[in-house]
Amino acid sequence: MQTATHPSNEVSYLDYKGKYKGIFGWIFSTDHKRIGLLYMYSMLVMFVVGVGLGLAMKLELIAPGKTIMDPGTYNAVFTVHGVIMIFMIVIPGLPAVFGNFFLPIMIGAKDVSFPKLNLLSWYFYVAGALLVISSVLFGNGTPDTGWTFYAPYSFKSGTNLLPAIFGAFVLGFSSILTGLNFIVTIHRMRAPGMTWFKMPLFPWSLYGTAWIQLLATPVVGITLVLVALERIFNIGVFDPALGGDPILYQHLFWIYSHPAVYVMILPAMGAISEIIPTFSQKHIFGYRAIIASTLAIAFVGYFVWGHHMFTSGMSGTAQYTFSILTFIVAIPSAIKVFNWISTMHKGSINPEAPFLWAVSFIFVFMIGGFSGLVLGALAANVHVHDTAFVVAHFHFIVFGGVGFAFFGAIHYWFPKMFGRMYDKVWAKVGWAFFTVGFLTLYSPMFYLGMMGMPRRYYDYLPEFHAANILSSLGSWVMTFGLLIVVINLFRSAKNGPIAEMNPWNSKTLEWTVPSPPPLENFDEIPVYGEKDGPYEY
Amino acid sequence: MYILSNTTNASNFVAGVDKSFVIIMGISFVFLIGLTFTMLYFVFKYNKHKNPVATQIKGSTKLEIIWTIIPTILVLVMFYYGWAGWAPMKKAPDDSFNIKVTARMWNFTFEYENGKRTDTLFVPMDKAVKLNLVSLDVIHSLYIPSFRVKEDVVPGREKMVWFIAQREGLYDLFCTEYCGLNHSYMINTVKVMPEQQFNSWYVDTTQQVAAITDSPAANGKRIMKNIGCFACHSIDGSKLIGPSFKGIYGHEATVITGGKERVVMVDDEYIKRSIYDPNADVVKGFNKGLMMPYEGQLSDEDIVQITEYLKTLK
Repeated sequence: MQTATHPSNEVSYLDYKGKYKGIFGWIFSTDHKRIGLLYMYSMLVMFVVGVGLGLAMKLELIAPGKTIMDPGTYNAVFTVHGVIMIFMIVIPGLPAVFGNFFLPIMIGAKDVSFPKLNLLSWYFYVAGALLVISSVLFGNGTPDTGWTFYAPYSFKSGTNLLPAIFGAFVLGFSSILTGLNFIVTIHRMRAPGMTWFKMPLFPWSLYGTAWIQLLATPVVGITLVLVALERIFNIGVFDPALGGDPILYQHLFWIYSHPAVYVMILPAMGAISEIIPTFSQKHIFGYRAIIASTLAIAFVGYFVWGHHMFTSGMSGTAQYTFSILTFIVAIPSAIKVFNWISTMHKGSINPEAPFLWAVSFIFVFMIGGFSGLVLGALAANVHVHDTAFVVAHFHFIVFGGVGFAFFGAIHYWFPKMFGRMYDKVWAKVGWAFFTVGFLTLYSPMFYLGMMGMPRRYYDYLPEFHAANILSSLGSWVMTFGLLIVVINLFRSAKNGPIAEMNPWNSKTLEWTVPSPPPLENFDEIPVYGEKDGPYEY
Repeated sequence: MYILSNTTNASNFVAGVDKSFVIIMGISFVFLIGLTFTMLYFVFKYNKHKNPVATQIKGSTKLEIIWTIIPTILVLVMFYYGWAGWAPMKKAPDDSFNIKVTARMWNFTFEYENGKRTDTLFVPMDKAVKLNLVSLDVIHSLYIPSFRVKEDVVPGREKMVWFIAQREGLYDLFCTEYCGLNHSYMINTVKVMPEQQFNSWYVDTTQQVAAITDSPAANGKRIMKNIGCFACHSIDGSKLIGPSFKGIYGHEATVITGGKERVVMVDDEYIKRSIYDPNADVVKGFNKGLMMPYEGQLSDEDIVQITEYLKTLK
């Protein structure tokens, strides 16, 4: 029996009554756990919009010619889908939700270093999201440039682009501040005795991510400011009609947006590195190798942006340098996969829902990674660059990687976050539909790209029809699975059976506190002894 | 080793590109299947019912070194084949046959050194062809899937792409950099002909003869087709990006000039201004900035003939 020594720790963070009541108890709360949930619910709203737009696109593409919308609408739909999914879901994704909720608990701290700054980050997130939405609802036309805002089209388009750009800029600040907060927290607030090499792998991945957020995001901030200045004052940095260089825009954009891919995928890998040892009841294989590969990805990931621009116009030297660096960044990802699979070897595997999500994560991540090798090779890239092949590739990485890891993580940590267990059968049914639907939705796009179908295509030639039908069917199966998963979790958060403190017999610190955790997490800050560690089963 | 059998050797680059594709995909499939089956085998073999107690293994430096070195070698092999298939694309032979490609929203036009201008790319077989790429507005990307060539067409930059077509036939040519509303309709055709046939097409002046003997209206229509007017303007009254040409000549139109609405008569002078300075008067209900000025590309003589053609669209 635990005895609460702090009065604020007698109830869970969900039941705690502070200075403010009702909704204000949430939106004015500086508790990292409540902020994590604030992010999760606001992301869920945006995710529903993003999925709806994705479904509309797949329905439009089920047959050549017009199906449900005209080309202008379609172009706006894929633009808003991209902006929402990239800037509001996958970039903040795991760090903002699970990072906020679990980073302090996993390293034995009561909160992050700067709780008020943490809340401010969420305000920035909401403000940025509202700005982007305002560009859809007001002004002369929804932005139709694609989420990449490529110059000079982004100057010629008559649509309401400025609020969208400003929104992306504000969202960037949310990301920078979260990164800063996590770096300081990890440096300063680890429990006594928890040396760097006793820290669990999810915080390690957040550490690598945080540095990218802090150092790379300002680049896109500056770029977006320049785009706005160019649109308002015609200063002539990017628009060739004014003497600017549109390729410069692409460089600046990808200097941020490629590392941003690692902002998305590193925490996903971190969550997988927690789930696999837990459900194998075994020490993680190659703990230091996984850390080294995390840091290698975070570092080399800065220098590969040019592979988005092989056909844009760069010198041959730049092209093959970027190509070889792209191949090198694949190696640490491969090392992680080898270590995860080796962790299962001679384990005692309990194939619960989080583990199923993790295994399918490894599968789709491998497909995404291997197709990335095709795109990294100069000759093969010439053929499939800017085709449906690229769309398939990054959905396998960004949605397959981040999405599967996110669902794995929510099923893993759910009993801790809400103190209740979900229906395990429905969780597996939802996973099965989602996985089958996902593969049916995105695999045909590899084929379409190899056949030569360009991306961002409203209409297509008849030879591309069959594969598009299959892909559209997959989108419905996947959404059906998604609904099962979400409904199951929502119902269980209210009515599920009360969960044990450590239902999966995991060894990291978050499982040593009550479920749901009390306001300040620990009554006494835990101390790591000589023999303690996050994976000592 | 080819990825699409129906385009085997359609150009001199197919072999190199497909080789890198097949090698990377081949290695990837071996690893994907091998690792997936290993993983599934572990999941079944070490299920908690069969193996209630896990054996704690923390790692193996030897294995880490092995599975760092092997992928490093493999990716360097992949890089090599990618480089080998791509390197010849960077420099066109000096004796290439030059064709100027002009991209605009939303079509490509092709101009030959003897002044011929078409909206289909005619090329001779077994001869190096160099396309000099020019964009008049935004970034486009010229992509001929069967030839495995692609290059962005960037305004303000000199770019080129070259190839040797090796099989007679018709091939699709796409724009594959998103360029606005009708991006997905920016499709042209490549026609590859044996060199002799190409030469007789190339020197065939019947088109020029026709230009002299045809009625101005027929000439106007051909000029408009070649420069791509009909991508955005219909002749049957339907609304596309710009207003339809049907029945506009001699009728009044409501336009926005400098933010103010006014009514103008569609006459010779108005048509000329609309072509040379399209954003001066924008027909009400349409967007500004979508059409580029055609000054320098069309002569006054061309515009007279275009006007004659528009008069016939009652």
